[in-house]
Amino acid sequence: MVAMLLFILKSMENNQIIKEVSIEHGKVLINQSEFFTGETSDLGPFLKSLYKQLNLKYNKYFKMDHLSKLGFLASEVLLLNEGIANETDEVAIILANASSSLHTDVKYQESIADIPSPSVFVYTLPNIVIGEISIRNKFYGEHMFFVQPSYNKEELLDYTTCLFNSTPCKYAIVGWVEVNRNGDYSAKLMLCQNKK
Amino acid sequence: MSELKEELKKQLIEQLNLEDFEVSDIDDNDLLFGDNGLALDSIDALEIIVLLEKEYGIKIADPKQGKDIMTSVQTLADYIESKR
Amino acid sequence: MVRVAAHNIISPLGCTSQENFDKVVAGQSGIALRKKGELSDTDFQAALLNMEVLKDKISGIANAEAYTKLEQLCILSLNEVLDGVDVKSERTGFIFSTTKGNITEITNNPHAVDALLATTANKIANYFGFKSSPQVISNACISGLAAFVIGRRYIDAGKYDNVIILGADILSKFIVSGFQSFQSLSPEPCKPFDANRDGLTLGEGVASVVLSKADNTNKACVEVVSGAISNDANHISGPSRTGEGLYRAITRTVGANEEVDCICAHGTATPYNDDMESHAISRAGYETIPVSGLKGYFGHTLGAAGVIESIISILAMQNNVVIGTKGTVEQGVVAPVNVTKENIQKPVNGLLKLMSGFGGCNAAVYFKKHGE
Repeated sequence: MVAMLLFILKSMENNQIIKEVSIEHGKVLINQSEFFTGETSDLGPFLKSLYKQLNLKYNKYFKMDHLSKLGFLASEVLLLNEGIANETDEVAIILANASSSLHTDVKYQESIADIPSPSVFVYTLPNIVIGEISIRNKFYGEHMFFVQPSYNKEELLDYTTCLFNSTPCKYAIVGWVEVNRNGDYSAKLMLCQNKK
Repeated sequence: MSELKEELKKQLIEQLNLEDFEVSDIDDNDLLFGDNGLALDSIDALEIIVLLEKEYGIKIADPKQGKDIMTSVQTLADYIESKR
Repeated sequence: MVRVAAHNIISPLGCTSQENFDKVVAGQSGIALRKKGELSDTDFQAALLNMEVLKDKISGIANAEAYTKLEQLCILSLNEVLDGVDVKSERTGFIFSTTKGNITEITNNPHAVDALLATTANKIANYFGFKSSPQVISNACISGLAAFVIGRRYIDAGKYDNVIILGADILSKFIVSGFQSFQSLSPEPCKPFDANRDGLTLGEGVASVVLSKADNTNKACVEVVSGAISNDANHISGPSRTGEGLYRAITRTVGANEEVDCICAHGTATPYNDDMESHAISRAGYETIPVSGLKGYFGHTLGAAGVIESIISILAMQNNVVIGTKGTVEQGVVAPVNVTKENIQKPVNGLLKLMSGFGGCNAAVYFKKHGE
């Protein structure tokens, strides 16, 4: 117990959350303040309106499944005006959710009966969203996709602190990117800075 | 032939999620792959193979064969015609 | 330091690590031609588990019918490594690595609770009474090796004294058809790094490892010295043409003074993967170091691959052998590397294990052998 407490105390020293982004129910919040509200909260149209709002010109976006689109747009909002350099090993991406890629898994399962679709199959892995964010920003660094029963922020921050203590990592994008089988969604991302 | 090419362009836009493209944006001889055309990638190539099977009943077993067929909308249409 | 305290492999080659290792050294493979059926509409090569062989063991699981096939296999494997590990301590962590878990559960019911990876992990954890909550890693084909990287970090940071790693994936039509749609399955058993390689062969397997904190370096053991995870930042399915991500993972893993005696590569036998690895390995300056690939014995076991192949590597170190790459006849990759075709008897004190996967992910771990 004492060892555990010491670990937690030691953990908190270096890891500072400098920005938070939340996307739920058709609303985007930055540090709890409203940034954007869609006309509809339905996943597909809402993501489309947010993409337009951000004025992005990124062809690869249209190829993504909903989980990747959600995580990608959340990361775009999180990194907005932060001036974090790309082409780097120094930004880690630590994401988690409960449903893995099930929303797309079900879609792929349906395609098997007809002709299996390779462009759907590739999104039946939850870490593809990390790949998309990495490609966009040329982040070559540490990353991991965890699956949790429900959002366990402390566990993810714990691991981020481990990374900050033992790797050259200066920043980390940390948090939750979930699309369940019904299309309910939630993204909660933090930008953490290594204060070591 | 020109009808087939129109149809192919529509199907490519639909199947490959080329949302920012209109049929009129794609010329018959535009390169499908490489930076100077539609800039499609390896997954798109696989998806075109699925499209050919689904829409035209054409099976491409050897991916290497696909390379020549998938140069442009024109070459795709020529190939489909030759199989009809 | 962090050492490997116990391990188990359940694969088509056997139910213990030793059995698997002996068969690998003898050049046996679990890969065979499978007739079309439940898993595939056409005949295909695969290394499939024979559940008949495991029937008696499975019937020994309390309330066995409450668990899926995958969960039963996980329980059997963990049973073999937990002697002497205090699973009820909060100082013992549990990492479960898988890509698709119980994905077959969605075939008939898209809302099946058992399809959720956290449900699977919790069922297994509850069976053994683990106190700490399980962590599930689902990061494509690096998942198993990533568990070593993360487990080592947790012990190093003082969060746990022991970390139990479980890697598991079984085949389903979901997985097989996906790789078929990518045209990446080889019609013959896979041929890693071969000039005529034409794709991968899938496999099934479950493997467990116990990582433990160790203060006494005098004891004979294999240490998990370091590890790193990287991204290609290039493409979601195609490996980097230059090996950029893997090269970065290697350089962040192996310290300047560390000796690498052998590399156990990912070696899936797809044209692009093996070329990519050859670039990364030779860029890192390891052109002459013997490279082994184990997919010719086990097939590609996805989330279990990093765990299975690390265990075989650890036993290879302890038995002073560089394992020959089954399936390689004539090396044919773009960059200069030294792929081992036959077993070589020689001391292996430092070994580098590599894995890569969809999403552009790469992982590297450096293992070191300590003598008596």
